[in-house]
Amino acid sequence: MPANDPHDHGSELSEMQLRVKALETILTEKGYVDPAALDQIVENVETKIGPHIGARIVARAWVDPEFKRRLLADATEAVNSVAGFDPISSHLVAVENTPQTHNVVVCTLCSCYPWSVLGLPPVWYKSAPYRSRTVIDPKGVLSDFGVTLPAATDIRIWDSTAETRFLVLPMRPPGTDGWSEEQLALLVTRDCMVGTGLPKSPEQNKPGAP
Amino acid sequence: MTNSIHDMGGMHGFGPVEPEPNEPVFHAEWEKRVLALQRAMGATGLWTIDGGRASLENLPPLAYLGASYYKRWFLGLERRVVSHGLVGEDEITAGRVLRPGIRLNRKMTLEDAKRSAFANFDRPAPGPARFRAGDPVRTKNINPPTHTRLPRYARGKLGTVEAVRGCHVFPDTAAVGAGENPQWLYAVVFTARELWGEEADSSIKVSIEAFEPYLLPA
Repeated sequence: MPANDPHDHGSELSEMQLRVKALETILTEKGYVDPAALDQIVENVETKIGPHIGARIVARAWVDPEFKRRLLADATEAVNSVAGFDPISSHLVAVENTPQTHNVVVCTLCSCYPWSVLGLPPVWYKSAPYRSRTVIDPKGVLSDFGVTLPAATDIRIWDSTAETRFLVLPMRPPGTDGWSEEQLALLVTRDCMVGTGLPKSPEQNKPGAP
Repeated sequence: MTNSIHDMGGMHGFGPVEPEPNEPVFHAEWEKRVLALQRAMGATGLWTIDGGRASLENLPPLAYLGASYYKRWFLGLERRVVSHGLVGEDEITAGRVLRPGIRLNRKMTLEDAKRSAFANFDRPAPGPARFRAGDPVRTKNINPPTHTRLPRYARGKLGTVEAVRGCHVFPDTAAVGAGENPQWLYAVVFTARELWGEEADSSIKVSIEAFEPYLLPA
């Protein structure tokens, strides 16, 4: 079991439950935090933000060339122009995958991630294996995800060392001519917006497909 | 601390990445509370996001590696509330309040939480940017005993400025209470060969987001 395994043993789990509860009670009784605000924060990250936002942004860029131009020029402005989401103020940069270049996002120093468009990062993104290897062995990391790129494709790694956040704009899958934005959004996975995956093909998205 | 265990880029030996199919947002109830406490206490303005990162980096290496992400956040938060005099070490040990809290200037309300705004780190520029896109630059070889965002693997390396991001809060000073000290921020791209040697794959490039004080003209 890796040292950073997220699935704590039972003893640590109950120990952490107790310690966190104690700290929350102390901070609440001292008047530093409002339990209703804490509940709201949890609700935000569980229900409001998530990869569905990024998927809609990507799908719109696939069907709307002017939106794609704006997204690549100033992703924060472009995302904030789409109705239905809370405004984002992070310094979002969209990077476009092409037949020549595949982009992958990492944070080697901590776990910086574009929360506002993808939600909270998965455990693997925050893990030592991903943070250590992506900059030195990206092809090995991609193969851990079952992704093999064409030999002619260059790889570009974006290490999130400041408050800039990155959203990968994947290539639109073939066989989707005439698809609507809503249909296309169903093909956009979280991993393909981090660069560790590719969008689903129309076949993979059929009911019952793996 | 700068050369501590958090600076993982390029290290070997941690094994394969293990994606988890259909991963839930949280794996335990306490993780939710840690995230909420972290954000709510961050809103007090008593420390910066960089100060928060620095407190995690100062965890002993074995504690850092042995803790899950949210446990690390919890340990860092415990340290910060004690070091800022908000909670006594004796209260942490007792697991309950032993004396009243101190007065805070800011406290996150339910209304604040509903807005779920993300912080903005853009600041007015104190002067013109020293570099432009396309400029060759060399990162400095620095090893400060305090927080920095220049990773070890990218120190003393020859790269190219690819984009000017604007002027941002400088983590190296913000983390140690020495002010926002805004600095120009650049995307600087390196070849894998420059970073890892001649054996590296020529089809790979890596960029970092580098603050102007990290860079020299090349």
